[in-house]
Amino acid sequence: MGSRASTLLREEEIEEIKKETGFSHSQITRLYSRFTSLDKGENGTLSREDFQRIPELAINPLGDRIINAFFPDGEDQVNFRGFMRTLAHFRPVEDNEKNKNLSNTEPLNSRTNKLHFAFQLYDLDRDDKISRDELLQVLRMMVGVNISDEQLGSIADRTIQEADTNGDGCISFTEFIKVLEKVDVEQKMSIRFLH
Amino acid sequence: MDLSSRRGVDLFVIFCVFLSLLYGSRAEVPSRPTASVTILPPIKPDNGPQPYPEEEKSNLPVFTMNYSRIQIPFEITLWMLLASFAKIGFHVYPKITFWVPESCLLVSIGLIVGGIMYSVHEKPPAVLTSNVFFLYMLPPIVLDSGYFMPTRPFFENVGTVLWFAVVGTLWNSIGIGMSLFAICQIEAFGVQDINLQENLLFATIISAVDPVAVLSVFEDVSVNEQLYIVVFGECLFNDAVTVVLYSMFSFVTEMPVVEPVDVFLGVARFLVVGLGGMGFGVLFGFVAAFTTRFTSKVREIEPLFIFMYSYLAYLVAELFAISSIMAIVCCALTMKYYVEENVSQRSCTTIRHVVKMLGAISETLIFFFLGVVTITTEHEWNWGYILFTLLFAFIWRGLGILVLTQIINPFRTIPFNTKDQFGMAYGGLRGAISFALAFTLPDNIGRKHLFVTATIVIILFTVFLQGISIRPLIEFINVRRTNRKTDTINIEIHTRLMEHTMAGIEDLCGQWSHYYWKDKFMKFNNRILRRILLRDNRAESSIVALYKKLELQNAIEILDTASGDISAAPSIISLQEEKKNSTKPKKKFLAADLKNMHDILSKNMYKIRERTVSYTSKHALPNDNQRREILIRRHSSIRRSLRPGSFQTRQIVPKSQKYFSLPPGESLNSRFPPTRQSSADAQETMSEVAYPGRRSRFGNRSSSGAMMPLHRLGTLKEVSSVDFLNESERGSTGRGSQSRPQSLRHHLSADDNNGLVDEMRIRQVEEEEEEEERPQASQPPAWAAEPRDETPQNPLLRRPQWNEKK
Repeated sequence: MGSRASTLLREEEIEEIKKETGFSHSQITRLYSRFTSLDKGENGTLSREDFQRIPELAINPLGDRIINAFFPDGEDQVNFRGFMRTLAHFRPVEDNEKNKNLSNTEPLNSRTNKLHFAFQLYDLDRDDKISRDELLQVLRMMVGVNISDEQLGSIADRTIQEADTNGDGCISFTEFIKVLEKVDVEQKMSIRFLH
Repeated sequence: MDLSSRRGVDLFVIFCVFLSLLYGSRAEVPSRPTASVTILPPIKPDNGPQPYPEEEKSNLPVFTMNYSRIQIPFEITLWMLLASFAKIGFHVYPKITFWVPESCLLVSIGLIVGGIMYSVHEKPPAVLTSNVFFLYMLPPIVLDSGYFMPTRPFFENVGTVLWFAVVGTLWNSIGIGMSLFAICQIEAFGVQDINLQENLLFATIISAVDPVAVLSVFEDVSVNEQLYIVVFGECLFNDAVTVVLYSMFSFVTEMPVVEPVDVFLGVARFLVVGLGGMGFGVLFGFVAAFTTRFTSKVREIEPLFIFMYSYLAYLVAELFAISSIMAIVCCALTMKYYVEENVSQRSCTTIRHVVKMLGAISETLIFFFLGVVTITTEHEWNWGYILFTLLFAFIWRGLGILVLTQIINPFRTIPFNTKDQFGMAYGGLRGAISFALAFTLPDNIGRKHLFVTATIVIILFTVFLQGISIRPLIEFINVRRTNRKTDTINIEIHTRLMEHTMAGIEDLCGQWSHYYWKDKFMKFNNRILRRILLRDNRAESSIVALYKKLELQNAIEILDTASGDISAAPSIISLQEEKKNSTKPKKKFLAADLKNMHDILSKNMYKIRERTVSYTSKHALPNDNQRREILIRRHSSIRRSLRPGSFQTRQIVPKSQKYFSLPPGESLNSRFPPTRQSSADAQETMSEVAYPGRRSRFGNRSSSGAMMPLHRLGTLKEVSSVDFLNESERGSTGRGSQSRPQSLRHHLSADDNNGLVDEMRIRQVEEEEEEEERPQASQPPAWAAEPRDETPQNPLLRRPQWNEKK
């Protein structure tokens, strides 16, 4: 499996992914073998069912949303580039960014982009605002059965109240960033990718 | 509530005292002559005239008592009951069990009972012979640990676990032994007669750690999974190592002189013992799995095979004097995976319950006896020796963890930080094994009583002091990082969202590697092992396996009893209407409200990756509530999204409502192009080892009989899976497929297996077999999705079962 994987991934592709995402060579190869092992149809792309087959995602309260985040709007399949692009959000932030040649575009794993990823887990209709219902949906997913709807509603109201500065009853992305300014997002939303 | 519980406790204590007194008085009885069949109690007057002692009584005695006949089973039962009552009693005050680990409480009760017995000059029952302990009391505990070991995390960390267990125990024993020997040379303590071998033997005994109490603390404080599994595994395996070392050293103490060749032989013996134990265990595991392949007709005794085979593995290992603990653990590990696929749902539950029960009772009894024996045994106290033993035990454990971690950290994907190391070192409580080994020391060791006393002191010290203090310490260390006071609700919610996301991404990436070997093993497993050992060898589905594990029948009860409606879709609908007139005045939130909210959130938000926690409480069966809830919710949301109502009002209902698990807009049809999957590959990404999967072949499954009875369950609950199955079944019969109804009826008379999961499996198989014949259909009816072909594994995304051809 390992050998087959590396022959299918060309060096140029690896280089491109490296430049775009900042992963190292070995990380990319490793993630590629993971990609292929998930890809049951063996057609080089992953569909939602491939993701759903991962059992831990099934019991993750936000499993479906996470899966959905891999698929850009409306598409059903994600190829390896897209897969890596999404995963790149979770790369730890290094102090010395080697790829300074990308300094005009923000690296995928910057704080803002990480926050944007989290924001989009709430914001399904992509209107750049978290409405009360979207918030309620996510809350409901994260919370056990013992909470009544009224309680959840008050919590949602309070959340919006705390964050909403322009009074539109929704949380915009800037408000979201502001509310989380004290949180160490870089550390919370990073995982150590194995070499 | 307080008053009644206190009274309950008093009553309970009185009852315990009474029981022990009763026991105490009974224990005198065996000294009476037991030759006669009937023993006339001195209190009761005879029915006839008092005969001379030599004459035989001719009348029929109306009341006789024959205690000696039942003595042994009776006493055993009484002791077990007493210990179990103690366990009940602890939970009268939940706060007690929170702060004080259960082992402490058991030992305390044991001390009390021991004190009572001592005061009436009774001796404790002679159960603590070597044979009784090693043949009867130890196997259930080890079987319990082995059976409920989470296999996947374990195998991912097997190197670390073995490293700590084997090398760590060796380090501890030799270190403590040597230092104690050095101490013995000091004349002031008066223990010069203890030679090196005896010291080493003693050191081996006290280096067996038993962090049972610590595990529950770790679980509550949710330490990371790695630490958890390493501590758990170390606990398990160092029992084996200790016993091996013990037998080695006790053999060595017999010998007057130790030569270097003996050391080599010792190492060789160690390898033989360890690997031989594993080999035997795996062998018996396979035999057990093979046997269960044929037990479909004798479901009632299926659990028996599990127990008999594991016990047999233990005994055979004892026969050859190889590590029986390793044997039984490996047997349980091997067996579990295959057996849980072969046996019925009920047998599976029975096995788990009985394993837990036996393990719990053994452990309880041992700690209880520890307390009793402490008071009633002969002690020999030696300040110097004992205090230094305590000191060295601590020092060497701490040093050992430190050094070993430094060495192994580079090889680990997630290295241990200092907090983890502290947790591991401080969690080194001693327990049952040390006690038993000390008690069963051969009598020819001169200072046996000293050793017993020292062991008991160490156990009591670690269990009480460390056990009680570890929780506050761990919380103290952890709490430093987060400062709850200044968290807003936003931060709490969003950080939890992030944590769940990260857990999901990590799982998605499959962070824990060793993929190559795992893939190889899984291929071997699929091609050869599963064919031989499983009754129905089909592709596994971990999602269905999850359902199986979660026992959806219970989950339906949750739905019934949950206050309020947990399927959020209706509430979202109502919110939708609210949204239209959502110009509510801004609510004012008081500080009390805020505090409530924080409390609610912290208590009710799902923990991250509960799967670890669910395995690890040693005294409880795995708790799957969170998983159930999540899965049911997803399930019901999918179903809801497929209802015709939702389709029709698709334009009206805003997208955010419709999407629960699916992106807005599209129907399921377009999502799932029918591609057939090879069943062999279907499981590579799943944690197959941990989740034995489904059997999907419909033909020769005899356990599908319960499908029919589901109809009789009557009330079609909106969100219940029973509903789903009923409808789908009706759908199936309505489909007019000839084979289906016949085979359904054919299996009506089959046996009792009624796991809902089996139904799901059958569902999927039906779909699988059907899909080949049918083209896609268009209109989804009101009921739930049915599995599609290329996603046979995921019931959550099944296509609706519709009456096509319309």
